[in-house]
Amino acid sequence: MYIKQRNHSTPALSRRDFLKTGSAIGGGLVIGFFIPGATRFANAEPAPNAPFAPNAFLHITPDNKVTVQINRLEFGQGVHTSLTMIIADELDADWSQMSAQLAPAGDAYKDPVFGIQMTGGSGTINHSFTQYREIGARARAMLIAAAADRWNVPHEQCHAAKGVVLGPHGHKATYGELADAAMAQPLPQKIALKNPKDFRFIGKPMPRLDSRDKSNGKQPFGIDFALPGMKVAVIAHPPVFGGKVAQYDAAKALDIKGVAGVFQIPTDRGGSGVAVVADGFWPAKQGRDALAIDWDTANVEKVTSADQLAQYKALARQTGTVARDADVSALATAPKKIVAEYSFPYLAHTPMETLNCVIDLQQDHCTLWVGSQFQTFDRAAVAATAGLKPEQVTLNTLMAGGGFGRRAVPTSDYIVEAVHVAKAYRASGKTGAVKVIWSREDDIRGGYYRPSHVHRAEIGLDDQGQILAWNHVIVGQSITQGTPFASVMIKNGVDNTMIEGMGEPYEVPLKLSAHTVTANVPVLWWRSVGSTHTAFVMETLIDEAATLAGVDPVVYRQKLMGPKSQRHQAALKMAVEKSGYGTRKLPKGHAFGVAVHESFKSVVAYVVEASLEKGVPKLHKVTAGIHCNLAVNPLTIEAQVQGAILMGLGTTLPGAAITLKDGVVEQHNFSDYTVARMPDMPRVEVHIIPSADPPTGMGEPGLPPLAPAFANAIAKLTGKRLRSLPFNLENA
Amino acid sequence: MLTLNINGQDKQFDIDPSTPILWALRDNLNLTGTKFGCGAALCGACTVHINGLPVRSCVTPISAAVGQHITTIEAMGDDRIGKALQAAWVRHDVPQCGYCQSGQIMSAAALLKTNKKPNDADIDSAMSGNICRCGTYQRIREAIKDAAATLA
Repeated sequence: MYIKQRNHSTPALSRRDFLKTGSAIGGGLVIGFFIPGATRFANAEPAPNAPFAPNAFLHITPDNKVTVQINRLEFGQGVHTSLTMIIADELDADWSQMSAQLAPAGDAYKDPVFGIQMTGGSGTINHSFTQYREIGARARAMLIAAAADRWNVPHEQCHAAKGVVLGPHGHKATYGELADAAMAQPLPQKIALKNPKDFRFIGKPMPRLDSRDKSNGKQPFGIDFALPGMKVAVIAHPPVFGGKVAQYDAAKALDIKGVAGVFQIPTDRGGSGVAVVADGFWPAKQGRDALAIDWDTANVEKVTSADQLAQYKALARQTGTVARDADVSALATAPKKIVAEYSFPYLAHTPMETLNCVIDLQQDHCTLWVGSQFQTFDRAAVAATAGLKPEQVTLNTLMAGGGFGRRAVPTSDYIVEAVHVAKAYRASGKTGAVKVIWSREDDIRGGYYRPSHVHRAEIGLDDQGQILAWNHVIVGQSITQGTPFASVMIKNGVDNTMIEGMGEPYEVPLKLSAHTVTANVPVLWWRSVGSTHTAFVMETLIDEAATLAGVDPVVYRQKLMGPKSQRHQAALKMAVEKSGYGTRKLPKGHAFGVAVHESFKSVVAYVVEASLEKGVPKLHKVTAGIHCNLAVNPLTIEAQVQGAILMGLGTTLPGAAITLKDGVVEQHNFSDYTVARMPDMPRVEVHIIPSADPPTGMGEPGLPPLAPAFANAIAKLTGKRLRSLPFNLENA
Repeated sequence: MLTLNINGQDKQFDIDPSTPILWALRDNLNLTGTKFGCGAALCGACTVHINGLPVRSCVTPISAAVGQHITTIEAMGDDRIGKALQAAWVRHDVPQCGYCQSGQIMSAAALLKTNKKPNDADIDSAMSGNICRCGTYQRIREAIKDAAATLA
């Protein structure tokens, strides 16, 4: 195998970026790492001149254990294991000696591309592959140097294998035995990264490090963290975003055994709420239920979904801010036309672990334990809210029970709220930590949704079904407007997160414009972001055009793809061949559906098999062709694809929508907000295109093509084109 | 004061008798393997066994469990079926975020107690009350069948 991007002997980062960090607990070799300067979101860093604090990435202790610090949040995507694999490979460690920890907030742990500490954009492996390889390689070189010095032999006569250094005369020493001496070695100027053909872990299906503890109840999550004397808080949020408490009566709440205090606190968007602090969740929740609160929502906009949809549809008939131009004059004379209007609802993320945050606020310091996806912003927000300096805030990253975007909030909404609770609690003369827990209702009604959208497409085709002109308008809220991401993500007035995924890989005369609407509903990235809707629109429209052309939808796609789309072609070919598309006879009433989409630099093609069961769309099987360049852990990639398919399928199911009436969210819990369950799960087969190119991420790209592939199969069965998520056959 | 038998041991609680078993386990005994997911018996994350039957502990008050035998994920390693399921979960690399998996295993254990060789339809039916947002369902199906095979 061959890694194209980088010469093996020329590491991406110079020697000065690495540091040996002093005084390791338990002795041994500790290697730290610092990202000088910042990159993509550098301007988003609220404290650019924060003092440099070296942080350990790798710690080899004399007892022969290797601990890797994970510069990300682990919330299911498997980086806890895959980043450890990457270091272990270059370190030539034995897998049994490896373990991993989630790193706290710290400058060293910033994403080397984004310049902030965060987990998102399917970026972990893509951005940290070389970073973690180099850390492992440096440590290995120092261990070899220490061994060579000990045995008084030339370095080049020593080599490392499976956690030991071997010398020329039967010498042998474990990494643990060498760790202290290695720490005394200078950091190597130059290191050689492995030839990928020598990888022992990278590219192999490695089982997760955390599966045992996640199967026996021992894995601690943020919500499980407790301190002696800690209280639990539950918050009554305003019924409309930004609403305020007019007055409240806490008498009944305070009568409940275990309730320690009731406090009015500021909440998100300039609103206010009431926090009940108690001995545990149950008395806190009972206390909240017993509050009598009069809300003032007079001065906040109250969105009603039906009205918003009508507003969006009207806007979609007008050209918006142009993001991509093309000559669409042929629309007037084209012999064939597709005019299609699509709608997508708000979506909640509903990770299984509801939002929570443990906070211990002291006079001059604040410590948090939280499943943070945005440590840099969250720490800064805590400092600002608590009136502390960032260095007075310690933020410990705990494993999270899913996230799908909800723990990556530029406003740090739920963490800021926790600081307000802690401030109020402390101001009342009490001391000790508080854990704020959101109920499921808080989660579903608490905002930060995938934005609702309307798309309108007018496509003109010739008699052969070839696309002559395509005028496309998208309406929706911007995710990044007003956040530190705006300057990078909003180009010429259009938020890239609204339009990403439109156009490519097809060579079509597409004119794309967007209307950015403001509405009093907080919006946020949701697994695969813009591609959650753009892929649906693109891949169902291309399929429809193929049908109009009378051409097989796979062949039509292949012909329409540009020369730069070799990865798309390969992924589609793989899915087609492995599925038996065009060759395998399906049971009566079953049909194939196809879609291919690139997001976050990876390409995923699906061929699905679907039917109608008593008139209801049913997905039976998905065959996936994946192109993510070098597949670091194929077992994890398979899991991510299965998961993304399930989540994509969830968006098609009746009830998978957040709607509002007079500003109030109409859904409450899993009873009225649908998520996919076991009987919904199709059989999934994942096939990965072999590649040695630098790896791209797979946390999100499996989601976008699922719903359109499913819709295309249903269209084949019914002749009806589904134009909305969730599916609505009656309106199709 | 209420006494509950949890994982074979009698435990006393001086809390509101309406407190769901879930919060008595988590906040009073620090048995945090049983998870909060919805508070309304809709997601299965809080599943425990009472006298061997699966129960949603988030809506079952402690007063309803006096004199009954409550088993949680923490004791499933000592149970023949529980142990086989946990081993199969690891072999099949089932967990992603892992948060729902305690509840999944408790429901799967209840299934295997009454059905030694479940097919896909049996599994779908028995497990449909347990939500996994990460989408581990396919591997759960495989792991349940594998565990059943090792127990046969």
